[in-house]
Amino acid sequence: MNIVVCVKQIPDPADPGALDPETKTLKRDVKLILDESDSYGVEMALQLAGDEGTVSLVSMAPNSEVGGLRTALAMGAESAVLVSDDALKGSDALTTAKVLAAAIAKSSPDLVIAATESSDGYTGTVPEQIAALMDLPSVTFAKEIALDGGTAKVKRQTESGYDSVECPLPCLVSVTAGVVEPRYPSFKGIMAAKAKPVEEVTVADLGLDAGSVGWAGAGQEIVSIEDAPAREAGEVIEDEGDAHERIVAFLDELKVL
Amino acid sequence: MGLSKIWVFGEASDGTVASITLELLAKARELADTVEVVFGGDGDAIAASVGEHGATGVQATGDLAGAMQGVSIANAVAAAVEAGTGPDAILIGTTYDGRDVAGRLSVKLDAPVITNVVDLEVAGDRLVGTEPVFGGVTNVKTGFTGDKVAILLVRPKSFTAEPTGGGAAAVSALAVPDGGAAAAAKVTDRFVEESDGPKLDEAAIVVSGGRGLGESDKFDMVESLAKLLKGAPGASRAIVDAGWVPYSYQVGQTGKVVKPSVYIAAGISGATQHLVGMKGAANIIAINKDPEAPIFGIADLGIVGDVHKVMPKLIEALEARG
Repeated sequence: MNIVVCVKQIPDPADPGALDPETKTLKRDVKLILDESDSYGVEMALQLAGDEGTVSLVSMAPNSEVGGLRTALAMGAESAVLVSDDALKGSDALTTAKVLAAAIAKSSPDLVIAATESSDGYTGTVPEQIAALMDLPSVTFAKEIALDGGTAKVKRQTESGYDSVECPLPCLVSVTAGVVEPRYPSFKGIMAAKAKPVEEVTVADLGLDAGSVGWAGAGQEIVSIEDAPAREAGEVIEDEGDAHERIVAFLDELKVL
Repeated sequence: MGLSKIWVFGEASDGTVASITLELLAKARELADTVEVVFGGDGDAIAASVGEHGATGVQATGDLAGAMQGVSIANAVAAAVEAGTGPDAILIGTTYDGRDVAGRLSVKLDAPVITNVVDLEVAGDRLVGTEPVFGGVTNVKTGFTGDKVAILLVRPKSFTAEPTGGGAAAVSALAVPDGGAAAAAKVTDRFVEESDGPKLDEAAIVVSGGRGLGESDKFDMVESLAKLLKGAPGASRAIVDAGWVPYSYQVGQTGKVVKPSVYIAAGISGATQHLVGMKGAANIIAINKDPEAPIFGIADLGIVGDVHKVMPKLIEALEARG
Protein backbone atom coordinates (compact mmCIF):
# COMPACT_ATOMS: atom_id res chain seq x y z
CA MET A 1 0.00 0.00 0.00
CA ASN A 2 1.60 3.20 -1.26
CA ILE A 3 -0.13 6.28 0.12
CA VAL A 4 0.62 9.90 -0.77
CA VAL A 5 -0.67 12.66 1.50
CA CYS A 6 -1.01 16.22 0.23
CA VAL A 7 0.10 18.63 2.93
CA LYS A 8 0.08 22.39 2.98
CA GLN A 9 2.52 24.52 4.90
CA ILE A 10 0.80 27.69 6.04
CA PRO A 11 1.51 30.76 8.17
CA ASP A 12 0.58 30.13 11.81
CA PRO A 13 -3.22 30.68 11.99
CA ALA A 14 -2.72 32.33 15.39
CA ASP A 15 -1.00 35.08 13.41
CA PRO A 16 -3.10 35.20 10.25
CA GLY A 17 -1.04 37.87 8.52
CA ALA A 18 -2.29 40.22 5.87
CA LEU A 19 -2.68 40.73 2.15
CA ASP A 20 0.27 42.25 0.37
CA PRO A 21 -1.20 45.40 -1.23
CA GLU A 22 1.24 45.09 -4.13
CA THR A 23 0.59 41.51 -5.17
CA LYS A 24 -2.85 41.08 -3.56
CA THR A 25 -1.85 37.67 -2.24
CA LEU A 26 -1.31 36.48 1.32
CA LYS A 27 2.00 37.63 2.72
CA ARG A 28 4.06 34.48 3.11
CA ASP A 29 7.34 35.87 4.33
CA VAL A 30 6.76 34.23 7.70
CA LYS A 31 7.76 30.82 9.00
CA LEU A 32 5.38 28.16 7.76
CA ILE A 33 3.91 25.31 9.80
CA LEU A 34 1.95 22.16 8.96
CA ASP A 35 -1.72 23.02 8.38
CA GLU A 36 -3.52 21.34 11.27
CA SER A 37 -6.17 20.15 8.79
CA ASP A 38 -3.49 17.99 7.17
CA SER A 39 -2.44 16.28 10.40
CA TYR A 40 -5.62 14.17 10.16
CA GLY A 41 -4.71 12.99 6.66
CA VAL A 42 -1.18 12.11 7.73
CA GLU A 43 -2.47 10.16 10.73
CA MET A 44 -5.11 8.38 8.64
CA ALA A 45 -2.46 7.41 6.07
CA LEU A 46 -0.12 6.06 8.76
CA GLN A 47 -2.93 3.93 10.21
CA LEU A 48 -4.06 2.62 6.81
CA ALA A 49 -0.53 1.87 5.61
CA GLY A 50 0.32 -0.21 8.66
CA ASP A 51 3.72 -1.89 8.76
CA GLU A 52 3.68 -3.03 5.15
CA GLY A 53 2.83 0.20 3.38
CA THR A 54 4.61 3.47 2.78
CA VAL A 55 3.41 7.00 3.41
CA SER A 56 4.99 9.87 1.51
CA LEU A 57 4.15 13.55 1.33
CA VAL A 58 3.68 16.09 -1.42
CA SER A 59 3.69 19.82 -0.80
CA MET A 60 4.00 23.07 -2.73
CA ALA A 61 5.51 26.02 -0.92
CA PRO A 62 7.66 29.07 -1.62
CA ASN A 63 11.28 29.53 -0.53
CA SER A 64 12.08 25.82 -0.12
CA GLU A 65 10.01 25.78 3.08
CA VAL A 66 10.15 22.42 4.87
CA GLY A 67 9.08 23.31 8.44
CA GLY A 68 5.62 21.79 8.06
CA LEU A 69 6.92 18.79 6.13
CA ARG A 70 9.35 17.97 8.96
CA THR A 71 6.41 17.85 11.38
CA ALA A 72 4.59 15.33 9.17
CA LEU A 73 7.81 13.33 8.70
CA ALA A 74 8.25 13.32 12.47
CA MET A 75 4.76 11.83 12.78
CA GLY A 76 6.00 8.90 10.69
CA ALA A 77 5.83 9.64 6.96
CA GLU A 78 8.87 8.28 5.12
CA SER A 79 9.73 10.89 2.54
CA ALA A 80 8.49 14.05 0.88
CA VAL A 81 8.45 15.83 -2.45
CA LEU A 82 8.45 19.62 -2.21
CA VAL A 83 7.60 21.71 -5.25
CA SER A 84 9.17 25.12 -4.76
CA ASP A 85 9.59 27.53 -7.62
CA ASP A 86 9.35 31.32 -7.93
CA ALA A 87 7.28 30.79 -11.07
CA LEU A 88 4.46 29.45 -8.86
CA LYS A 89 3.82 32.78 -7.13
CA GLY A 90 0.21 33.84 -7.68
CA SER A 91 -0.98 30.36 -8.63
CA ASP A 92 -4.70 29.75 -8.24
CA ALA A 93 -6.31 26.53 -6.96
CA LEU A 94 -6.45 24.88 -10.40
CA THR A 95 -2.77 25.52 -11.06
CA THR A 96 -1.92 24.29 -7.57
CA ALA A 97 -3.83 21.09 -8.33
CA LYS A 98 -1.95 20.66 -11.63
CA VAL A 99 1.38 20.99 -9.86
CA LEU A 100 0.45 18.62 -7.03
CA ALA A 101 -1.07 16.08 -9.43
CA ALA A 102 2.16 16.03 -11.47
CA ALA A 103 4.22 15.56 -8.30
CA ILE A 104 1.92 12.81 -6.98
CA ALA A 105 1.89 10.94 -10.31
CA LYS A 106 5.65 10.36 -10.02
CA SER A 107 5.04 7.73 -7.33
CA SER A 108 1.91 6.02 -8.78
CA PRO A 109 0.18 5.72 -5.37
CA ASP A 110 -2.66 3.35 -4.50
CA LEU A 111 -4.29 6.04 -2.42
CA VAL A 112 -4.04 9.83 -2.31
CA ILE A 113 -5.23 11.56 0.86
CA ALA A 114 -5.88 15.28 1.30
CA ALA A 115 -7.70 17.51 3.77
CA THR A 116 -11.08 18.82 2.64
CA GLU A 117 -9.67 22.35 2.54
CA SER A 118 -6.71 24.32 3.79
CA SER A 119 -6.99 26.59 6.81
CA ASP A 120 -5.59 29.65 5.07
CA GLY A 121 -6.93 29.60 1.52
CA TYR A 122 -9.95 27.29 2.05
CA THR A 123 -11.07 27.14 -1.56
CA GLY A 124 -11.87 23.46 -0.93
CA THR A 125 -11.56 22.52 -4.60
CA VAL A 126 -7.97 21.26 -4.85
CA PRO A 127 -8.53 17.59 -3.80
CA GLU A 128 -11.27 17.03 -6.38
CA GLN A 129 -9.25 18.90 -9.02
CA ILE A 130 -6.27 16.62 -8.34
CA ALA A 131 -8.50 13.54 -8.73
CA ALA A 132 -9.90 14.86 -12.01
CA LEU A 133 -6.43 15.68 -13.36
CA MET A 134 -5.16 12.20 -12.47
CA ASP A 135 -8.36 10.60 -13.81
CA LEU A 136 -8.94 8.96 -10.44
CA PRO A 137 -12.23 8.26 -8.69
CA SER A 138 -12.63 10.14 -5.43
CA VAL A 139 -14.58 10.31 -2.23
CA THR A 140 -14.54 13.66 -0.45
CA PHE A 141 -15.46 14.61 3.14
CA ALA A 142 -14.61 11.20 4.56
CA LYS A 143 -15.40 10.72 8.23
CA GLU A 144 -14.23 7.10 8.21
CA ILE A 145 -12.07 5.05 5.79
CA ALA A 146 -11.47 1.30 5.70
CA LEU A 147 -9.50 -0.62 3.09
CA ASP A 148 -10.90 -3.95 1.93
CA GLY A 149 -8.60 -5.53 -0.65
CA GLY A 150 -8.57 -3.20 -3.62
CA THR A 151 -11.53 -1.15 -2.42
CA ALA A 152 -11.79 1.88 -0.14
CA LYS A 153 -14.96 1.85 1.95
CA VAL A 154 -15.72 5.36 3.05
CA LYS A 155 -18.36 7.04 5.17
CA ARG A 156 -18.89 10.36 3.45
CA GLN A 157 -20.37 13.32 5.31
CA THR A 158 -23.68 14.58 3.85
CA GLU A 159 -26.09 17.36 4.80
CA SER A 160 -28.35 14.94 6.63
CA GLY A 161 -25.99 12.19 7.81
CA TYR A 162 -23.57 10.14 5.80
CA ASP A 163 -23.32 7.99 2.67
CA SER A 164 -21.50 4.66 2.52
CA VAL A 165 -19.33 4.84 -0.59
CA GLU A 166 -17.24 2.11 -2.20
CA CYS A 167 -14.40 3.14 -4.42
CA PRO A 168 -11.82 0.97 -6.19
CA LEU A 169 -8.13 1.81 -5.74
CA PRO A 170 -6.27 3.77 -6.89
CA CYS A 171 -8.34 6.70 -5.70
CA LEU A 172 -8.30 9.99 -3.81
CA VAL A 173 -10.02 10.53 -0.47
CA SER A 174 -10.34 13.87 1.34
CA VAL A 175 -10.76 13.68 5.10
CA THR A 176 -12.60 15.97 7.51
CA ALA A 177 -11.01 17.32 10.69
CA GLY A 178 -11.41 15.11 13.72
CA VAL A 179 -11.62 11.92 11.62
CA VAL A 180 -8.76 10.39 13.64
CA GLU A 181 -6.64 11.65 16.51
CA PRO A 182 -3.30 12.83 15.10
CA ARG A 183 -0.32 11.56 17.07
CA TYR A 184 2.16 14.00 18.55
CA PRO A 185 5.61 13.54 17.05
CA SER A 186 7.86 11.77 19.55
CA PHE A 187 11.36 13.04 20.30
CA LYS A 188 12.70 10.03 18.40
CA GLY A 189 10.41 10.86 15.50
CA ILE A 190 11.56 14.48 15.43
CA MET A 191 15.21 13.41 15.39
CA ALA A 192 14.57 10.80 12.69
CA ALA A 193 12.67 13.32 10.53
CA LYS A 194 15.80 15.42 10.13
CA ALA A 195 17.42 12.63 8.12
CA LYS A 196 14.40 11.69 6.01
CA PRO A 197 14.60 12.51 2.31
CA VAL A 198 12.88 15.65 1.01
CA GLU A 199 13.20 15.91 -2.74
CA GLU A 200 12.85 19.46 -3.99
CA VAL A 201 11.60 19.85 -7.54
CA THR A 202 10.81 22.75 -9.86
CA VAL A 203 7.96 23.31 -12.29
CA ALA A 204 10.26 22.26 -15.15
CA ASP A 205 11.19 19.03 -13.32
CA LEU A 206 7.48 18.14 -13.36
CA GLY A 207 7.25 18.72 -17.08
CA LEU A 208 5.03 21.77 -16.69
CA ASP A 209 5.46 25.01 -18.59
CA ALA A 210 6.49 27.89 -16.32
CA GLY A 211 4.39 30.21 -18.47
CA SER A 212 1.22 28.29 -17.63
CA VAL A 213 1.51 28.55 -13.84
CA GLY A 214 1.67 31.39 -11.31
CA TRP A 215 0.16 34.75 -12.25
CA ALA A 216 0.22 33.87 -15.93
CA GLY A 217 -1.81 30.68 -15.43
CA ALA A 218 -4.48 32.09 -13.13
CA GLY A 219 -7.70 32.63 -15.06
CA GLN A 220 -8.91 35.10 -12.45
CA GLU A 221 -7.69 38.35 -11.01
CA ILE A 222 -8.40 40.36 -7.90
CA VAL A 223 -10.32 43.47 -8.84
CA SER A 224 -10.44 45.19 -5.46
CA ILE A 225 -9.86 44.78 -1.74
CA GLU A 226 -12.20 46.66 0.59
CA ASP A 227 -12.96 46.80 4.29
CA ALA A 228 -16.21 45.02 5.04
CA PRO A 229 -18.88 46.92 7.00
CA ALA A 230 -18.03 46.41 10.67
CA ARG A 231 -20.49 45.04 13.18
CA GLU A 232 -20.84 47.21 16.29
CA ALA A 233 -20.20 45.81 19.73
CA GLY A 234 -23.16 46.01 22.08
CA GLU A 235 -23.53 45.84 25.83
CA VAL A 236 -20.85 43.92 27.76
CA ILE A 237 -21.49 43.10 31.43
CA GLU A 238 -19.53 41.25 34.06
CA ASP A 239 -21.27 38.23 35.60
CA GLU A 240 -21.96 38.77 39.26
CA GLY A 241 -24.11 35.70 39.63
CA ASP A 242 -27.16 37.07 37.84
CA ALA A 243 -26.01 37.45 34.23
CA HIS A 244 -28.35 34.64 33.19
CA GLU A 245 -31.27 36.93 34.08
CA ARG A 246 -29.98 39.55 31.66
CA ILE A 247 -29.79 36.88 28.94
CA VAL A 248 -33.37 35.77 29.64
CA ALA A 249 -34.53 39.40 29.51
CA PHE A 250 -32.68 39.91 26.21
CA LEU A 251 -34.30 36.79 24.73
CA ASP A 252 -37.66 38.09 25.99
CA GLU A 253 -37.11 41.42 24.24
CA LEU A 254 -36.41 39.49 21.04
CA LYS A 255 -39.63 37.52 21.59
CA VAL A 256 -37.95 34.19 20.97
CA LEU A 257 -39.04 32.52 24.22
CA MET B 1 -18.07 37.34 -21.75
CA GLY B 2 -21.73 37.68 -22.48
CA LEU B 3 -24.04 36.57 -19.74
CA SER B 4 -27.30 35.37 -21.19
CA LYS B 5 -27.60 31.89 -19.70
CA ILE B 6 -26.84 30.80 -16.13
CA TRP B 7 -27.13 27.29 -14.78
CA VAL B 8 -27.59 26.65 -11.09
CA PHE B 9 -26.46 23.31 -9.63
CA GLY B 10 -29.64 21.95 -8.06
CA GLU B 11 -29.63 20.01 -4.81
CA ALA B 12 -32.56 18.26 -3.19
CA SER B 13 -33.31 15.52 -0.74
CA ASP B 14 -36.47 13.43 -0.95
CA GLY B 15 -37.91 15.82 -3.54
CA THR B 16 -37.43 18.89 -1.34
CA VAL B 17 -35.21 21.44 -3.05
CA ALA B 18 -32.37 22.69 -0.82
CA SER B 19 -32.57 26.33 0.23
CA ILE B 20 -29.13 27.01 -1.26
CA THR B 21 -30.53 26.17 -4.72
CA LEU B 22 -33.43 28.59 -4.28
CA GLU B 23 -31.05 31.29 -2.99
CA LEU B 24 -28.87 30.89 -6.08
CA LEU B 25 -31.91 31.06 -8.36
CA ALA B 26 -32.93 34.39 -6.80
CA LYS B 27 -29.53 35.91 -7.62
CA ALA B 28 -29.21 34.26 -11.03
CA ARG B 29 -32.51 35.85 -12.12
CA GLU B 30 -31.01 39.30 -11.52
CA LEU B 31 -27.97 38.52 -13.63
CA ALA B 32 -29.26 36.70 -16.71
CA ASP B 33 -32.37 36.24 -18.82
CA THR B 34 -32.24 32.47 -18.99
CA VAL B 35 -31.85 30.62 -15.72
CA GLU B 36 -31.93 26.84 -15.62
CA VAL B 37 -31.18 24.20 -13.01
CA VAL B 38 -28.78 21.34 -13.69
CA PHE B 39 -29.83 18.38 -11.60
CA GLY B 40 -28.41 14.94 -10.92
CA GLY B 41 -31.70 13.14 -10.47
CA ASP B 42 -35.35 13.06 -11.54
CA GLY B 43 -36.11 16.52 -12.94
CA ASP B 44 -39.88 16.13 -12.60
CA ALA B 45 -39.49 15.94 -8.84
CA ILE B 46 -38.15 19.49 -8.59
CA ALA B 47 -39.60 21.21 -11.69
CA ALA B 48 -42.49 22.89 -9.86
CA SER B 49 -40.42 24.12 -6.96
CA VAL B 50 -37.54 25.58 -8.98
CA GLY B 51 -40.01 26.98 -11.53
CA GLU B 52 -41.74 28.87 -8.74
CA HIS B 53 -38.33 30.40 -7.97
CA GLY B 54 -37.65 31.57 -11.48
CA ALA B 55 -35.99 28.67 -13.29
CA THR B 56 -37.42 28.17 -16.77
CA GLY B 57 -35.72 24.84 -17.34
CA VAL B 58 -34.31 21.80 -15.57
CA GLN B 59 -31.46 19.94 -17.23
CA ALA B 60 -31.82 16.59 -15.51
CA THR B 61 -29.63 13.51 -15.73
CA GLY B 62 -32.21 11.13 -14.26
CA ASP B 63 -31.31 8.71 -11.48
CA LEU B 64 -27.54 8.46 -11.12
CA ALA B 65 -27.76 4.92 -9.72
CA GLY B 66 -25.27 5.62 -6.94
CA ALA B 67 -22.72 7.47 -9.06
CA MET B 68 -21.21 10.54 -7.40
CA GLN B 69 -22.82 13.92 -8.15
CA GLY B 70 -19.45 15.62 -8.69
CA VAL B 71 -18.02 13.58 -11.52
CA SER B 72 -21.43 12.92 -13.14
CA ILE B 73 -22.62 16.53 -13.24
CA ALA B 74 -19.21 17.84 -14.28
CA ASN B 75 -19.00 15.40 -17.19
CA ALA B 76 -22.55 16.20 -18.25
CA VAL B 77 -22.06 19.98 -18.10
CA ALA B 78 -18.70 19.77 -19.89
CA ALA B 79 -20.33 17.75 -22.70
CA ALA B 80 -23.08 20.37 -23.02
CA VAL B 81 -20.47 23.15 -23.18
CA GLU B 82 -18.60 21.19 -25.83
CA ALA B 83 -21.81 20.82 -27.83
CA GLY B 84 -22.51 24.55 -27.58
CA THR B 85 -25.61 24.09 -25.42
CA GLY B 86 -23.99 24.91 -22.08
CA PRO B 87 -24.29 28.03 -19.92
CA ASP B 88 -22.14 31.16 -19.75
CA ALA B 89 -21.86 30.75 -15.98
CA ILE B 90 -22.68 28.09 -13.42
CA LEU B 91 -23.52 28.91 -9.81
CA ILE B 92 -22.82 26.15 -7.32
CA GLY B 93 -23.43 26.16 -3.57
CA THR B 94 -20.50 25.60 -1.21
CA THR B 95 -21.83 22.20 -0.13
CA TYR B 96 -20.35 18.70 -0.04
CA ASP B 97 -21.56 17.81 -3.53
CA GLY B 98 -21.22 21.37 -4.81
CA ARG B 99 -17.50 21.49 -4.22
CA ASP B 100 -17.05 18.16 -5.99
CA VAL B 101 -18.95 19.46 -9.02
CA ALA B 102 -16.92 22.69 -9.13
CA GLY B 103 -13.55 20.92 -8.78
CA ARG B 104 -14.26 18.31 -11.45
CA LEU B 105 -15.83 20.81 -13.85
CA SER B 106 -12.93 23.20 -13.46
CA VAL B 107 -10.53 20.51 -14.72
CA LYS B 108 -12.88 19.39 -17.50
CA LEU B 109 -13.14 22.95 -18.82
CA ASP B 110 -9.64 24.00 -17.74
CA ALA B 111 -11.34 26.99 -16.13
CA PRO B 112 -10.81 28.52 -12.67
CA VAL B 113 -13.36 28.56 -9.87
CA ILE B 114 -14.06 31.67 -7.84
CA THR B 115 -14.76 30.30 -4.37
CA ASN B 116 -16.39 31.37 -1.09
CA VAL B 117 -18.51 33.93 -2.91
CA VAL B 118 -20.95 35.91 -0.75
CA ASP B 119 -21.99 38.46 -3.38
CA LEU B 120 -22.06 38.64 -7.15
CA GLU B 121 -22.24 41.45 -9.65
CA VAL B 122 -21.70 42.05 -13.32
CA ALA B 123 -18.92 44.60 -13.79
CA GLY B 124 -18.29 45.60 -17.37
CA ASP B 125 -19.01 42.38 -19.21
CA ARG B 126 -17.78 39.93 -16.60
CA LEU B 127 -18.96 38.35 -13.36
CA VAL B 128 -17.23 39.52 -10.21
CA GLY B 129 -17.51 37.58 -6.97
CA THR B 130 -16.99 38.97 -3.48
CA GLU B 131 -15.13 36.79 -0.98
CA PRO B 132 -14.69 37.70 2.69
CA VAL B 133 -11.21 37.11 4.14
CA PHE B 134 -9.69 37.49 7.61
CA GLY B 135 -12.95 36.58 9.31
CA GLY B 136 -14.98 38.95 7.20
CA VAL B 137 -13.17 42.20 7.99
CA THR B 138 -11.95 42.48 4.40
CA ASN B 139 -13.81 41.80 1.17
CA VAL B 140 -11.87 40.69 -1.89
CA LYS B 141 -13.55 41.03 -5.29
CA THR B 142 -12.36 38.63 -7.98
CA GLY B 143 -13.18 38.55 -11.68
CA PHE B 144 -12.48 36.05 -14.45
CA THR B 145 -9.86 37.00 -17.02
CA GLY B 146 -10.64 34.48 -19.74
CA ASP B 147 -13.73 33.77 -21.82
CA LYS B 148 -14.43 30.32 -20.40
CA VAL B 149 -17.58 29.29 -18.57
CA ALA B 150 -17.59 31.14 -15.23
CA ILE B 151 -17.68 28.68 -12.33
CA LEU B 152 -18.58 30.14 -8.95
CA LEU B 153 -18.90 28.46 -5.56
CA VAL B 154 -21.31 30.51 -3.49
CA ARG B 155 -21.65 30.26 0.28
CA PRO B 156 -25.10 29.37 1.61
CA LYS B 157 -27.15 32.26 3.06
CA SER B 158 -25.53 34.80 0.77
CA PHE B 159 -28.82 35.56 -0.98
CA THR B 160 -32.47 35.37 0.02
CA ALA B 161 -34.70 32.85 -1.73
CA GLU B 162 -37.72 34.55 -3.27
CA PRO B 163 -40.56 32.90 -5.21
CA THR B 164 -41.61 34.55 -8.47
CA GLY B 165 -44.79 32.58 -8.83
CA GLY B 166 -43.52 31.06 -12.09
CA GLY B 167 -44.92 27.82 -13.47
CA ALA B 168 -43.14 24.50 -13.48
CA ALA B 169 -39.79 24.55 -15.27
CA ALA B 170 -39.50 22.56 -18.50
CA VAL B 171 -37.53 19.38 -17.94
CA SER B 172 -34.92 18.33 -20.51
CA ALA B 173 -32.75 15.22 -20.44
CA LEU B 174 -29.06 15.91 -19.90
CA ALA B 175 -26.80 13.10 -21.02
CA VAL B 176 -24.04 11.90 -18.67
CA PRO B 177 -21.08 10.66 -20.74
CA ASP B 178 -19.28 7.53 -19.56
CA GLY B 179 -16.83 8.72 -16.92
CA GLY B 180 -14.54 5.66 -17.08
CA ALA B 181 -12.31 4.90 -14.10
CA ALA B 182 -12.79 8.35 -12.60
CA ALA B 183 -16.50 7.62 -12.11
CA ALA B 184 -16.00 4.31 -10.33
CA ALA B 185 -17.00 5.43 -6.81
CA LYS B 186 -20.53 4.35 -5.88
CA VAL B 187 -22.86 5.20 -3.04
CA THR B 188 -24.03 1.88 -1.62
CA ASP B 189 -26.17 3.17 1.23
CA ARG B 190 -27.43 6.44 2.69
CA PHE B 191 -27.85 7.12 6.38
CA VAL B 192 -29.92 9.94 7.81
CA GLU B 193 -28.83 10.87 11.30
CA GLU B 194 -31.94 11.40 13.35
CA SER B 195 -32.09 14.76 15.02
CA ASP B 196 -35.13 15.94 16.93
CA GLY B 197 -34.32 19.63 16.50
CA PRO B 198 -33.94 21.96 13.51
CA LYS B 199 -30.91 21.72 11.22
CA LEU B 200 -27.91 23.83 12.15
CA ASP B 201 -28.03 26.02 9.06
CA GLU B 202 -31.80 26.49 9.18
CA ALA B 203 -32.38 26.99 12.92
CA ALA B 204 -33.73 30.33 14.17
CA ILE B 205 -31.58 29.94 17.27
CA VAL B 206 -28.09 28.46 17.39
CA VAL B 207 -26.17 27.70 20.57
CA SER B 208 -22.48 26.98 19.96
CA GLY B 209 -19.77 25.79 22.30
CA GLY B 210 -16.01 26.22 22.18
CA ARG B 211 -12.83 25.40 23.97
CA GLY B 212 -13.92 27.45 26.99
CA LEU B 213 -16.25 24.58 27.92
CA GLY B 214 -13.11 22.87 29.19
CA GLU B 215 -13.99 19.25 28.49
CA SER B 216 -16.08 17.32 26.00
CA ASP B 217 -18.90 16.24 28.31
CA LYS B 218 -19.65 19.90 29.09
CA PHE B 219 -21.01 20.12 25.54
CA ASP B 220 -24.16 18.63 27.09
CA MET B 221 -24.92 22.13 28.39
CA VAL B 222 -24.86 23.48 24.84
CA GLU B 223 -27.21 20.74 23.67
CA SER B 224 -29.58 21.26 26.59
CA LEU B 225 -29.78 24.99 26.01
CA ALA B 226 -30.28 24.52 22.26
CA LYS B 227 -33.09 22.08 22.93
CA LEU B 228 -34.82 24.40 25.42
CA LEU B 229 -34.71 27.21 22.85
CA LYS B 230 -35.85 24.87 20.04
CA GLY B 231 -32.57 25.69 18.33
CA ALA B 232 -29.60 23.73 17.02
CA PRO B 233 -26.24 23.09 18.69
CA GLY B 234 -23.06 24.18 16.91
CA ALA B 235 -19.36 24.23 17.65
CA SER B 236 -16.13 26.10 17.07
CA ARG B 237 -13.40 24.49 15.02
CA ALA B 238 -11.24 23.96 18.11
CA ILE B 239 -13.58 21.40 19.65
CA VAL B 240 -14.31 19.69 16.33
CA ASP B 241 -10.57 19.28 15.80
CA ALA B 242 -10.32 17.95 19.35
CA GLY B 243 -12.90 15.29 18.45
CA TRP B 244 -15.57 16.42 20.97
CA VAL B 245 -18.25 16.74 18.28
CA PRO B 246 -18.46 15.77 14.58
CA TYR B 247 -17.43 18.05 11.70
CA SER B 248 -21.11 18.55 10.85
CA TYR B 249 -21.44 20.76 13.96
CA GLN B 250 -18.76 23.19 12.88
CA VAL B 251 -19.67 26.84 12.36
CA GLY B 252 -17.12 28.96 10.56
CA GLN B 253 -15.03 29.56 7.50
CA THR B 254 -14.49 25.82 7.28
CA GLY B 255 -17.88 24.45 8.24
CA LYS B 256 -21.39 25.88 8.16
CA VAL B 257 -22.48 29.45 7.66
CA VAL B 258 -25.41 30.29 9.93
CA LYS B 259 -27.64 33.35 10.03
CA PRO B 260 -30.07 32.68 12.87
CA SER B 261 -32.06 35.38 14.62
CA VAL B 262 -30.15 34.57 17.82
CA TYR B 263 -26.64 33.11 18.11
CA ILE B 264 -25.33 32.19 21.55
CA ALA B 265 -21.57 31.61 21.74
CA ALA B 266 -20.55 29.76 24.92
CA GLY B 267 -16.86 29.60 25.68
CA ILE B 268 -15.90 30.72 22.17
CA SER B 269 -13.19 33.37 21.94
CA GLY B 270 -14.12 34.39 18.41
CA ALA B 271 -11.22 33.45 16.14
CA THR B 272 -11.61 34.95 12.66
CA GLN B 273 -12.22 31.40 11.42
CA HIS B 274 -15.38 31.25 13.55
CA LEU B 275 -16.65 34.81 13.07
CA VAL B 276 -17.00 34.49 9.31
CA GLY B 277 -19.54 31.72 9.81
CA MET B 278 -21.83 33.50 12.29
CA LYS B 279 -21.43 37.26 12.13
CA GLY B 280 -24.52 37.44 9.93
CA ALA B 281 -26.70 36.45 12.89
CA ALA B 282 -29.32 39.09 13.72
CA ASN B 283 -28.46 39.01 17.44
CA ILE B 284 -25.35 37.62 19.11
CA ILE B 285 -24.98 36.71 22.77
CA ALA B 286 -21.51 35.73 23.99
CA ILE B 287 -20.40 34.20 27.26
CA ASN B 288 -16.64 34.11 27.83
CA LYS B 289 -14.40 34.60 30.82
CA ASP B 290 -11.80 36.61 28.91
CA PRO B 291 -12.95 40.25 28.64
CA GLU B 292 -10.50 40.71 25.74
CA ALA B 293 -12.05 37.91 23.66
CA PRO B 294 -12.72 39.12 20.08
CA ILE B 295 -16.26 37.71 20.23
CA PHE B 296 -17.24 40.68 22.45
CA GLY B 297 -16.36 43.01 19.58
CA ILE B 298 -19.40 41.81 17.63
CA ALA B 299 -21.76 40.64 20.39
CA ASP B 300 -24.99 42.51 21.08
CA LEU B 301 -24.93 41.17 24.61
CA GLY B 302 -21.61 40.08 26.08
CA ILE B 303 -21.30 38.31 29.41
CA VAL B 304 -17.83 38.29 30.92
CA GLY B 305 -18.12 35.24 33.11
CA ASP B 306 -17.60 31.54 33.57
CA VAL B 307 -19.73 29.42 31.23
CA HIS B 308 -19.83 26.72 33.90
CA LYS B 309 -21.67 29.11 36.20
CA VAL B 310 -23.78 31.12 33.74
CA MET B 311 -25.01 28.25 31.53
CA PRO B 312 -26.47 26.01 34.28
CA LYS B 313 -28.33 28.98 35.77
CA LEU B 314 -29.60 30.01 32.36
CA ILE B 315 -30.79 26.47 31.64
CA GLU B 316 -32.47 26.29 35.03
CA ALA B 317 -34.19 29.66 34.53
CA LEU B 318 -35.53 28.64 31.12
CA GLU B 319 -36.69 25.24 32.43
CA ALA B 320 -38.54 27.02 35.23
CA ARG B 321 -40.47 29.05 32.65
CA GLY B 322 -41.52 25.81 30.98
